[in-house]
Amino acid sequence: MTQPAAYRVSHLDALEAESIFIFREVVAEFERPVLLFSGGKDSIVMLRLAEKSFAPARIPFPVMHVDTGHNFPEVMAYRDRRVAELGLQLVVASVPEALESGLVTEPADGVRNRIQTPVLLDAVEKYRFDALFGGARRDEEKARAKERVFSFRDEFGQWDPKNQRPELWALYNGRHHPGESIRVFPLSNWTELDVWHYIARERLTLPSIYYAHEREVVERDGMLYAVNEFIRPRAGETPFVARVRYRTVGDASCTAAVRSEADTVEKVIEEVAATRITERGATRGDDRFSEAAMEDRKREGYF
Amino acid sequence: MTAALVSAETRTMDLLRFATAGSVDDGKSTLIGRLLYDTKSLFTDQLAAVEAVSAARGDEYTNLALLTDGLRAEREQGITIDVAYRYFATPRRKFIIADTPGHIQYTRNMVTGASTADLALILVDARKGLVEQSRRHAFLCSLLRVPHLVLCVNKMDLVDWSSEVFERIADEFTAFAAKLEAPDLSVIPISALHGDNIVSRSEHMPWYEGPSLLHHLEHVHIASDRNLVDVRFPVQYVIRPQSTTVTDYRGYAGQVASGVMKPGDEVMVLPSGFTSRIAAIETADGPVEQAFPPMSVTVRLTDEIDISRGDMICRPNNAPAVAQDIEAMVCWMDETRPLRAGNKYAIKHTTRAARAIVRTLHYRLDVNSLHRDEAATELGLNEIGRVRLRTTVPLLADEYRRNRTTGGFIIIDETTNRTVGAGMIVEAG
Repeated sequence: MTQPAAYRVSHLDALEAESIFIFREVVAEFERPVLLFSGGKDSIVMLRLAEKSFAPARIPFPVMHVDTGHNFPEVMAYRDRRVAELGLQLVVASVPEALESGLVTEPADGVRNRIQTPVLLDAVEKYRFDALFGGARRDEEKARAKERVFSFRDEFGQWDPKNQRPELWALYNGRHHPGESIRVFPLSNWTELDVWHYIARERLTLPSIYYAHEREVVERDGMLYAVNEFIRPRAGETPFVARVRYRTVGDASCTAAVRSEADTVEKVIEEVAATRITERGATRGDDRFSEAAMEDRKREGYF
Repeated sequence: MTAALVSAETRTMDLLRFATAGSVDDGKSTLIGRLLYDTKSLFTDQLAAVEAVSAARGDEYTNLALLTDGLRAEREQGITIDVAYRYFATPRRKFIIADTPGHIQYTRNMVTGASTADLALILVDARKGLVEQSRRHAFLCSLLRVPHLVLCVNKMDLVDWSSEVFERIADEFTAFAAKLEAPDLSVIPISALHGDNIVSRSEHMPWYEGPSLLHHLEHVHIASDRNLVDVRFPVQYVIRPQSTTVTDYRGYAGQVASGVMKPGDEVMVLPSGFTSRIAAIETADGPVEQAFPPMSVTVRLTDEIDISRGDMICRPNNAPAVAQDIEAMVCWMDETRPLRAGNKYAIKHTTRAARAIVRTLHYRLDVNSLHRDEAATELGLNEIGRVRLRTTVPLLADEYRRNRTTGGFIIIDETTNRTVGAGMIVEAG
């Protein structure tokens, strides 16, 4: 207390310390944790925090990718490289395989976001995972603003927003019966800007699609979708080349790009600091169905 | 903003968590909406969604409460039922708001929001002055030991910006807060609707010489709220790499609860009482010269002693109590089963798990009058009382008033696994 300046803790250090605490708490209290890794920026930050939590030991749990089959090749390449670097076990919960086995059926609109949930829950049951680390943040969406850090799921993987456990201090209650599980969100208190500041500070490499590049796109519902094997121009849509980047990376059939000149992490930070539209609002077709689209998906067991 | 500026800011920005309590009537949602809007943390698509819903419901004005009332049930019923977390930042600080509903049936949510808060913001309507709810909120903040309290006297525009009205409310609140051992207290006259004294000083109230609310939030000194005196390091996890390249490594991972630790310090490990010295304090980014709250680090000792999760590293001449008999204030949070003497529960205290039996319920506290009902035989949902517990294993505990981390615990129902209570240790012996 004699040298207050010496005991300064920046907001990023405080967030990092909290996330590391959460990772360690889970590994100490659960039998079979797994980290949901999509190759998106939030899961990349999460993986870095996991690495820091247990150094010099390896990350003591596997990672799982729920693969819709609608992927950006850059992201898949990144996923495989990162998993190899860290010596991790990768579990792939495959939507194409689940379509083949009849676990799920292809939705009429071809958007596979919602059918990821049964595939995820099937893998949880098969591998008996009891804690799932997810990269969701409370600033993303209003249903998520009320999510706990340790979020209880019943034996059907369901979230009951009206029946959440109070969460006091840093005393997380992970108790559950066999078959039930806990979703854990170490980035709960991070914002999109915090994530980018951390990417810059830690010098984390990201899949190239997060930075500005030229791409053939079509404009649909006010958003720019890449023309690829999953998205074909519809009648009346004229593809054009634009300079874009992705703010979020999800299923390639429902994730849109934004116009951007930001081709470095510093420029992305400037852009994110100045933007007036939320990342999901700007880029996710799946959240536009209704006011409660996210809440409804979460109740069913979505990430 | 240039990139260089961006990174300079991230090095100097710190983090302030604050809780707000109150209802829509007090203008709380308007205030939060205003803070988010004026710090450019409110996004146009969020605002458009709220405007559309407000218009569809026939609201006369854009109802900013819809920004925080995220759940379907909340929007349908027009109520806030849970703590909502909101985020904004200025170049000086990142802020986390725990926005809690104000009515008495949501005491549980307010206690939850206050448990991690550095500061609590209480709103009153200048026309109504202090009401029962304002006193209750102040009491809960003092019970949870929130170090800074700000009373915002809102709707000053509706009392003609009157300094007399403000002074009367401020004096009454200050007198009341003195009885609560309230911490640092500030009172600010505002109009959330018009933005007076929110970001910049109001032109309508030249008689007020204090800071605007945002200025206060940005500058309130929180660094010394941390306890940097009593070394408390609850061991979370033992890191022992199973590796051919790193051999014989044994590190105790955890987050510093309080105090400052340095390599070379003599330490004691509880409950065993063994002593050793700190050989190194490590992070993934390399060793550090000192560790203090809220750092997450890995501590290595010079001696090989048996230490596991739930143990506590402290100093030989400054240790917490090692106690199975615990006197505590408890806030009950379960609607189905009340707390009664004789009941058994699981508890989590720091990184330690134990079972406990309620020996005695001394009294139930009326959170409005602060009257102690010594005839009470149970605590129901949202009720607060003083209890005596006996635990199966010793807790390594401090008084909550001295240490919010080693003085707080949660109570868990062993059948449902739900968190049913929050405890604050008054005495561990």
